[in-house]
Amino acid sequence: MNLLSFLILFFVFRYLKRSARPAIPNWDQLLLWANIITGLLFLIEANKGTGVLGLLWMAILTGYAYRTPELEFFRPTLVPLLPYLFLSVLEKLARWFVPKFYDEYELYFEIATFAAFIWVAATWMNLRKQEKALAVEREKRQQEEETNKVIAAQKNELEYLVEERTAELRAQKEELETTLEHLRATQDQLIQSEKMASLGELTAGIAHEIQNPLNFVNNFSEVSVELIDELREEETKDKPDTELISDLLEDLRQNLEKISHHGKRADSIVKGMLQHSRVSTGQKEETDLNALADEYLRLAYHGLRAKDKTFNAKLVTEFDPALGKANVIAQDLGRVLLNLFTNAFYAVTEKKKALGGAFEPQVSVQTRRQADGIEIRVRDNGTGMPEAVRQKIFQPFFTTKPTGQGTGLGLSLSYDIVTKGHGGTLDVRTKDGEYTEFIIHIPAS
Amino acid sequence: MKILVVDDEQDVRLLFEQRFRREIRNGELFFYFSFSGEEALTFLRDHPSEVILILSDINMPGISGLELLGEIRRNNPLAPPVVMMITAYGDEENHRRALSLGANDFLTKPLDFSALKEKLKGIYEG
Repeated sequence: MNLLSFLILFFVFRYLKRSARPAIPNWDQLLLWANIITGLLFLIEANKGTGVLGLLWMAILTGYAYRTPELEFFRPTLVPLLPYLFLSVLEKLARWFVPKFYDEYELYFEIATFAAFIWVAATWMNLRKQEKALAVEREKRQQEEETNKVIAAQKNELEYLVEERTAELRAQKEELETTLEHLRATQDQLIQSEKMASLGELTAGIAHEIQNPLNFVNNFSEVSVELIDELREEETKDKPDTELISDLLEDLRQNLEKISHHGKRADSIVKGMLQHSRVSTGQKEETDLNALADEYLRLAYHGLRAKDKTFNAKLVTEFDPALGKANVIAQDLGRVLLNLFTNAFYAVTEKKKALGGAFEPQVSVQTRRQADGIEIRVRDNGTGMPEAVRQKIFQPFFTTKPTGQGTGLGLSLSYDIVTKGHGGTLDVRTKDGEYTEFIIHIPAS
Repeated sequence: MKILVVDDEQDVRLLFEQRFRREIRNGELFFYFSFSGEEALTFLRDHPSEVILILSDINMPGISGLELLGEIRRNNPLAPPVVMMITAYGDEENHRRALSLGANDFLTKPLDFSALKEKLKGIYEG
């Protein structure tokens, strides 16, 4: 029984050696010395001892451990030692001071002490188990933490990727928006340039159309001055020829009418030109389509004539006198007609180039009032179109003209103006090498 | 002297009749008018060798002045009339073509009537 305390101490040392090193200087040395002293005491007690030395040593060590804050973690291990120490000391004291009482109850004392020892061992085993469980738990938590760290890192990486992708997408979106804006601007420019191109085709025609009335205005003014001189001369005669004076006055009146007529003619051409270059108001107004078709036919014809002096074509107009006025956007429809005429003249020119003298170019325009609206037909006996071309002519940017000569927007814009702008239809009939006929139908509003 | 004026502008008739009122009244000049190349060819076919001088615009729908000139030169090899071509100002190419087709003279619009009068007088007296 006396050696149990040494057993306990050795276990304690072993436990301390295996557990974490406390922050005490020379701890390993202290532990070594404690072992050595315990060994020496054990030898002494094993020979012939009373067990008091072991208990005393144990009490000293326990006291030291309790007073050292660095060994606080060790206290739960020390607590079960206290009842053992107390009972053992009680046993020794009883043996010395009341030997009779001790002898009578020796067995009880020994059982109690042994039970305390068992309790120490059981508590320690329990502690050990708990510690192991804690270690397992700690390890688990550590693993979890590591896993969490990995997850967090992955999350960070993912967030970074998402951010990167988002930025990329945003940049792409902005780029697309810019591109769209560019495209819109380009489209507007193209429409404007198509308008200007057709205006360019008109300019020569306009110059010719204005020059003629201006010549008349000038000539009739000049000749009127001559007439007035003649009148004065006649008046100063002794016997003025009244018939001649009357003739001269009649001529003068007629001339002034002519001057006014040709002045108005030039005026309407200039107005038409301004109207063509202006942005469409989109306003529908009552329009004489016969006059509109006639005006643009002449303009287109003279425009082409001015560019190609050798060109000539027979112009045939078949205007329905009962056509009446139609509610249309005059500028827009004027552009459609101009475009159709320009194309018609182009087609007959090309055919003339190919066939030469035998071919007689002809461009005709016909208007007709119908039960459900108004029809305008523009026909030429030019090159016509093969089916493959016919199918594409209303597509934007489709052109059969050489590069730089056509924008490919004329017919596509015309189609939009007739269908979207007026709720009408624009049809084409053609035979390759023979003729082309465009039919505009504007429904009665 | 009988003169045929070919122009698609109808008012040319009135203008010429007034500009040459004295000459017409005196019986020096006599004007016919055609308002297209086709009309002019018909007129010339119906009145052969009657017209001495032809004044023709070049820029006309249908048969142009130059084609008309070509026809006239082909059809009247024996008694060729004097042909003067009229066209817009500064048209060098038509000038050259008209001369090569056998035009006797070339006039630019707007017509200088006093100069034309001098030219006609030259032909009439010469």
